[in-house]
Amino acid sequence: MAQVEARGTDTDPLVAGPVDPWAMRKAMLSEFWFYFSQNKGAVIGLCVFAVIVVVAIFAPVFAPHGPTVQNREALLLPPFWQSGGSGAFPLGTDAVGRDILSRLIYGARFSLFIGIFVVTLSVSSGVLIGLTAGYFRGWIDTAIMRVMDVILAFPSLLLALVLVAILGPGLINAMIAIALILQPHFVRLTRASVLSEREREYVVSSRVAGAGVLRLMFITILPNCLAPLIVQATLAFSSAILDAAALGFLGMGAQPPTPEWGTMLAEAREFILRAWWVVTFPGLAILITVLAINLMGDGLRDALDPKLKRS
Amino acid sequence: MLKFLLSRFALLIPTFIGVAIVAFSFIRMIPGDPILLLAGERGMTEERYQQLQAVYGFDQPIYIQFFNYVGDILTGDFGTSVVTKRPVLEEFFTLFPATIELSVCAIIVATAIGIPAGVLAAVKRGTWLDQSIMGTALVGYSMPIFWWGLLLIILFSGILQWTPVSGRISLIYFFPPVTGFMLIDSLLSGQAGAFKSAVSHLVLPTIVLATIPLAVIARQTRSAMLEVLGEDYVRTARSKGLAPNRVIGLHALRNALIPVITTIGLQVGVLLAGAILTETIFSWPGIGKWMVDSVSKRDYAVVQGGLLLIAAVIMIVNLIVDVLYGLINPRIRY
Repeated sequence: MAQVEARGTDTDPLVAGPVDPWAMRKAMLSEFWFYFSQNKGAVIGLCVFAVIVVVAIFAPVFAPHGPTVQNREALLLPPFWQSGGSGAFPLGTDAVGRDILSRLIYGARFSLFIGIFVVTLSVSSGVLIGLTAGYFRGWIDTAIMRVMDVILAFPSLLLALVLVAILGPGLINAMIAIALILQPHFVRLTRASVLSEREREYVVSSRVAGAGVLRLMFITILPNCLAPLIVQATLAFSSAILDAAALGFLGMGAQPPTPEWGTMLAEAREFILRAWWVVTFPGLAILITVLAINLMGDGLRDALDPKLKRS
Repeated sequence: MLKFLLSRFALLIPTFIGVAIVAFSFIRMIPGDPILLLAGERGMTEERYQQLQAVYGFDQPIYIQFFNYVGDILTGDFGTSVVTKRPVLEEFFTLFPATIELSVCAIIVATAIGIPAGVLAAVKRGTWLDQSIMGTALVGYSMPIFWWGLLLIILFSGILQWTPVSGRISLIYFFPPVTGFMLIDSLLSGQAGAFKSAVSHLVLPTIVLATIPLAVIARQTRSAMLEVLGEDYVRTARSKGLAPNRVIGLHALRNALIPVITTIGLQVGVLLAGAILTETIFSWPGIGKWMVDSVSKRDYAVVQGGLLLIAAVIMIVNLIVDVLYGLINPRIRY
């Protein structure tokens, strides 16, 4: 604690004359990193996530085989440490002789893409709708919140499943459906923060100074509502990966032979009692990725939530 | 109190109308003509097509169709399954007890383990015990439960052969359903071994379905306890010289439980979403598997009716949780 205060004084822009926005940003960032790195789990999560990102980007470099290349002479081969396993296929092969490690490496691309796509879509639409509801109040607010109540009245996975049934099975449609079921959380969160911010003095003074509606909404109010949104976005990233894998597992997400982890599990189901490795590794990949993101989310909450920070 | 109940119930009405609109539009948003979908690949004559249009009311204006639909729902007609030709409501009530049985067992397990684990973690804050409990909870929270179920099947059904892979009871037992709950029915049947068989079928699905609620409850209990343990009245109780267990159990836990109970109530939606996956893995004949099967068989009447019924169940349970919250929290008076 004393450490932070000491840091605060030598870069404190409010005391030291004219505000240097860069110095202030640097100070904020170093304060953020101080709290984030206090949480060991969060740092581990960040490292694991960084590794997954690197592996996904350079998938062709790391993967020993193509993700859909079938090796007819190596069907259901066990991992290399078991008898019958081969170093050419470190984590074994599936029922049509595809290398599981290579499929997992390429699958990381899909999981990260799913997370980014869903979070971008649900955050941008959710924030826009939430800002509108919170800023304008009145009947617009009531109408928007009732629609969100309707979406939240269904179990999320069931709604996603039914939406995909309407749109047609496939990864893009699954991502759209998941974005739609995650978006009410962002609407509610943004609206709640906007409601508490909009009557604050800095907003009122900005309005009196003649700021327009868009400026007030996006430049004055929104940056002050970001902290809880960032934490929620991290959680949405991991739920998106889990839900997309679940839809893939139910046959409604990415379609074979896409090396998406949930779809790989669905294909592996009939071999569970014969070839444990076909089932174990894709699920482990999902678990590790989701766990790393959730660990980061806990650290972000500690670093960004001012209520918890000081306790 | 009655006023509060009525006002909460009145708030549900617009949501329910919204849910009905979603369920109603669903069958009309599917690409293709619903009547032709009914016919499948065989096709049908123009005359039969017109006749079916009239039967299903598709020749009426859309708002009349909606009012007819709401009228049907209010009189208990949720449509008829295209596959089994049975009324949707009848199928729902046949399968729902299986889901309730599984969900109730899961929530009991999650509460019975989650609350003590959370209390222990809060009391031993910062120790290895706290860290390992919270670490395990985070793993549980991040678990893809469909994979977790498959792993448990590999271990307990495949390698150890302790539990069966699927279903609710072994096929050698047969008795007419009385309550629809297999645990109770198997006891009532008086057949030796039936209850044991029902329990052994229930163990793995319960563990799988309880995993995420368990993690959520443990995390919530810990943070609620930590908050309460810092309160003045807990310090007073301690300084009076009360035994630590009494302070934790009586003074702290009772107050910490209030937000935890809300969390448990909110798990109903999570449980029903989890039931979709759990029932599919273990071939558990409940409404989750019913919905997945209906989606894949394109039995849209069932999907439409099921969607509405499941949403109604969740809304009613949330209302009950709200009321219970008021009853146990003396700070809220209506």
